[in-house]
Amino acid sequence: MRTFWLILPLALFGLFVGVAAYQLTQPKDEFVRSAMIGKPLPEFDLPGETDEAAHVTSAAFAQGEPVLLNLWATWCLPCIAEAPQLEALADRGVPIVGIAVRDEPEAIAQFLEAYGNPYAAIARDDIAEVQLALGSGGLPETFVIDGEGIIRYQHIGDIRESDVDTLYAAWEDAK
Amino acid sequence: MIAELGLAALWLAAGLCVLQLAAGVVGVRSAEPGAVGALARPAAILQGLLLVFAFACLLRLFVMTDLSVALVAMNSHADKPFIYRLSGTWGNHEGSMLLWVTILGISGALVAAFERRMEDRFMKAVLGAQAFVALGFLAFLLFSSNPFTRLNPPADFGAGLNPLLQDVGLAFHPPILYLGYVGLSVAFCFVVAGLVTRQAGPELARVMRPWVLAAWVSLTLGIAAGSYWAYYELGWGGWWFWDPVENASLMPWLAATALLHSVSVLATRDALRTWTIMLGVVAFSMSMVGTFLVRSGILTSVHVFAVDPARGAFILALLMIYVGGAFGLFALRAGGLAEGKRFAALSREGALVFNNVMLSAILAVVLLGTLYPILTEAFDTRVSIGPPYYNPVTAIFAVPMLLALLVGPMLRWKRDSLARIAVPLVLIGAMLAGAVTVIVIFSGAGVLSTIGLALAAALALASWLPLRGRKLRFVPLALWGSMLAHFGVAVSLAGMASESAFSTERLVAMSAGDSVSVGPFQATLQSVDPVAGPNWTALQANLAVADGSGETVLRPQARYFTEPVQNTSESALMTRWDGQFYAILGDVVGPAENGEDRWQMRLWWKPFVTLIWYGALLIALGGLLSIFGHLRASARARKIREGVARRRAEKLEMKDAAA
Repeated sequence: MRTFWLILPLALFGLFVGVAAYQLTQPKDEFVRSAMIGKPLPEFDLPGETDEAAHVTSAAFAQGEPVLLNLWATWCLPCIAEAPQLEALADRGVPIVGIAVRDEPEAIAQFLEAYGNPYAAIARDDIAEVQLALGSGGLPETFVIDGEGIIRYQHIGDIRESDVDTLYAAWEDAK
Repeated sequence: MIAELGLAALWLAAGLCVLQLAAGVVGVRSAEPGAVGALARPAAILQGLLLVFAFACLLRLFVMTDLSVALVAMNSHADKPFIYRLSGTWGNHEGSMLLWVTILGISGALVAAFERRMEDRFMKAVLGAQAFVALGFLAFLLFSSNPFTRLNPPADFGAGLNPLLQDVGLAFHPPILYLGYVGLSVAFCFVVAGLVTRQAGPELARVMRPWVLAAWVSLTLGIAAGSYWAYYELGWGGWWFWDPVENASLMPWLAATALLHSVSVLATRDALRTWTIMLGVVAFSMSMVGTFLVRSGILTSVHVFAVDPARGAFILALLMIYVGGAFGLFALRAGGLAEGKRFAALSREGALVFNNVMLSAILAVVLLGTLYPILTEAFDTRVSIGPPYYNPVTAIFAVPMLLALLVGPMLRWKRDSLARIAVPLVLIGAMLAGAVTVIVIFSGAGVLSTIGLALAAALALASWLPLRGRKLRFVPLALWGSMLAHFGVAVSLAGMASESAFSTERLVAMSAGDSVSVGPFQATLQSVDPVAGPNWTALQANLAVADGSGETVLRPQARYFTEPVQNTSESALMTRWDGQFYAILGDVVGPAENGEDRWQMRLWWKPFVTLIWYGALLIALGGLLSIFGHLRASARARKIREGVARRRAEKLEMKDAAA
């Protein structure tokens, strides 16, 4: 009995080392996945890219055709990096709606001038309400919304060249 | 040049470690260690000096912002104020590991230079163990975290220090915590030496005690400083978040608290031998597990350290060697240790054992909570454990422990009866019942807060009851220390319970001129103005906070740092004797109807929250008094022994002369 108690600390410690060593060898997934996948897009009604432009509402996403919803901002550096990839997706016929988070109409115009405009429409989310409602932690982030307004896929971070096909496939799947 | 000198000093110190280890092994193995064995003490002292020199080199590099050194370039900037260039030295992974090793070296040198109470063979084992520990950390430093690596070509600008870390709190928080961790490593070396030389008696406890106390005092201060820093710097208004890194500092503290009490049982009564030895190993393992969890990036935390799986693997290997080795040694040797003295359940020892068991249970709860996410992640489930788990589950063990603390210090060693302390027991019981009644009638505090406040009131009284029947002049310093520390627990507890029961919080959108009431105060936003500092710009709110007695203007800021780019919110605090007013300036939330900007403000009134940290200071002060008390008592005992020996020798001489 006494031997058991004397060896117990060593055994517990061995267990800890085992789990820790296993975890160290596992790739670390730092992303927080949205719990929104499979759920309908939260309702919103946001102003357009300029004060004169038409409002963008969540109802516009339930028109029968899947849409890429891209959260970005002119002040976000990775968003510049992903601009060519968005352009490529738009060229392949994917409609993209952008939501500019905490942004200004002039800055948006300059950004589109400099890096191209892949967007079918742009909304301004001045207080990040839609970003929060989508459970997005950072920019950029991209969602695939199917024809009934249900969120089908989430891409966290900037879209790299290697991600373009994956996103295109996800958009096709949502049809 | 300075960088190369520092690196050379590190390598030399590593060489001396090997020598010291060899001297230790020879000293323990052979009856006549000779010249090699005699090297242990000088090697330890020289090693300490070399490490101090290496650390001084790094300090110098940071102060002069030498951008040809990679670490400086990545973590400093010439525009930073002097104090943050200095504290930037340990505000990064490599520098903080060097600080760790340096403090380890200094304490090894101190042991080698001043500890003469134990016999020579035991000291060789201690110094050998110390060299072994230091060697591992030096290897870690030299092979995976070299602070002196050059950058070729040198950088044009330093990258700066994370603005959250540009704070006076940072200048003191890590070094103090490290003092604690290292102090526990010294206790660990003593314990290992005790196992190796099969000595686990009161003498071991007496030489360990000042180190355990010093480590515990530093950990207490370090945790309190860290908690206060998080409280005003993170701007979340809370003072403890059960974050893995906070837990990593709390776990060694819990183990050290248990060790402290069991060491005192061993020193005074020669009981709890095996238990004390095990706690000595556990306490140090907790500080290493903490380091591992924090540096390996295995857990996600608000503290983001330089996370690196390779370094994690290195620390895990060190952990396996030291802690695994020590537990293995424990399994082999502890069975052979002589049993300590027996005692009745109702005795000072009994109460201290109860305290130890409860502290260990709390430690297990915190450890489990911290490791649980790692465990479940192995099965692909992501969980986050927070206050809903920690608060009630730790309370289950903390409340009985505090109840025992009300009575324990009054009990006699070995055996006691409740009848003897009937009067103080009735007094404490009345205090508890009275406090509960008052709180329930006059406030709507929750269950836990009510229990906490009542326990605090009773403990504030009970902590001084050991004075009963003693002449004040003859109360030993160490007893004053323990009473003060227990009183500090009461003060801290009162602060925690009051903060959670009586805080008022307001989250409001205000434009200039708006006014809002928070607790007994009326807060008026006068204006929001841009201001600039040495390496930041900020928006600053001028918030007039008034109650009947006067008005104070608080200036919380939303700061924008340029090197590196980051936004932080600087809280503004108004401290009164009975609590703190805490203000945070948030984002613009769009114009009000009159067209002026509106700002999000977060305001709290936290009654008596400062008691949390004042209590911690009292606890630490109590620990310091105990260290001095024990050291003085031991010096006195030595003087008396020497006096007796001298008189005996004189007597013998007189006899000889007469013959």
